[in-house]
Amino acid sequence: MPHDHPHEHLSPSGHPYRPDQDGPLTAAQALEIAVRELLIEKGVLTAREIADAIARMDARSPAAGARVVARAWTDPAFKARLLADASAAAREMGCDIDALRLIAVENDETTHNVVVCTLCSCYPRNLLGLPPDWYKQRAYRSRVVAEPRKVLAEFGLELPAHVRIRVHDSTADMRYFVLPARPAGTEGWDEERLAALVTRDCMIGVAVPQAPK
Amino acid sequence: MAERVRVRAWAPPGLHVRTPWYLRGRVGEIERELGLFANPEQLAYGLPARRLRLYRVRFTMAELWGPRAERPDDVLEAEIFEHWLEPLDDAS
Repeated sequence: MPHDHPHEHLSPSGHPYRPDQDGPLTAAQALEIAVRELLIEKGVLTAREIADAIARMDARSPAAGARVVARAWTDPAFKARLLADASAAAREMGCDIDALRLIAVENDETTHNVVVCTLCSCYPRNLLGLPPDWYKQRAYRSRVVAEPRKVLAEFGLELPAHVRIRVHDSTADMRYFVLPARPAGTEGWDEERLAALVTRDCMIGVAVPQAPK
Repeated sequence: MAERVRVRAWAPPGLHVRTPWYLRGRVGEIERELGLFANPEQLAYGLPARRLRLYRVRFTMAELWGPRAERPDDVLEAEIFEHWLEPLDDAS
């Protein structure tokens, strides 16, 4: 027995029970279910097609973006194509970009880029997967446009004084991702090893790839 | 389109205006032209949407936040549709 005496509000393993998620539907949830069932009933889509589409979206991850960054670090011609037309360059690597209009913004010794969407939560999902929760919250969206240095410091990123910040507000049809600077000490590394240094946060611009110890 | 532009300080009713409040009335520079895109203010209502030029406009933090700017020469860039931009033709 993990405990001296039984607690009715705790599970046998000593954790509190989570409340059931069977409260009343919100209007948007009811609408989604109604439209989905109608589409299936009318033969427009099958339940299987919907499940497959959700699985495809869930399978997207920052690994795709990291592969693109690592290629840009090792292949100057690819990097030039990426900066000229990021959607075409990412497609060239087999990424599923659909109609997404991608722009790559490059960090160097004097510029640091960071991405936000103040109006909603626009995010390059095809390349980075689902956005983190903080990306969609008001605190990040309202603060990073007004005090980016303070926000980046809270992520553990202190930028030198000579570096200028470019904040990118994704207000309309473009989606942005940051091409970070390749860390020193990675000379001769292959693309796979380099890609492992490139995290989601590096491509949003709230972190930079860490040089190997 | 002029290099320098002012974002119109309009407050139209309606959904899906893609010009954030904090940029309205602010002066910036065209960073690049992005091409033609259907007007989201019409798309949001299922109306036939005019294709409009979309620009990336660059603002300094000093322009956006005045003396409260964290670092005056840091910049912010956003996409603004052409009908929201007023060209400024000063040569200074």
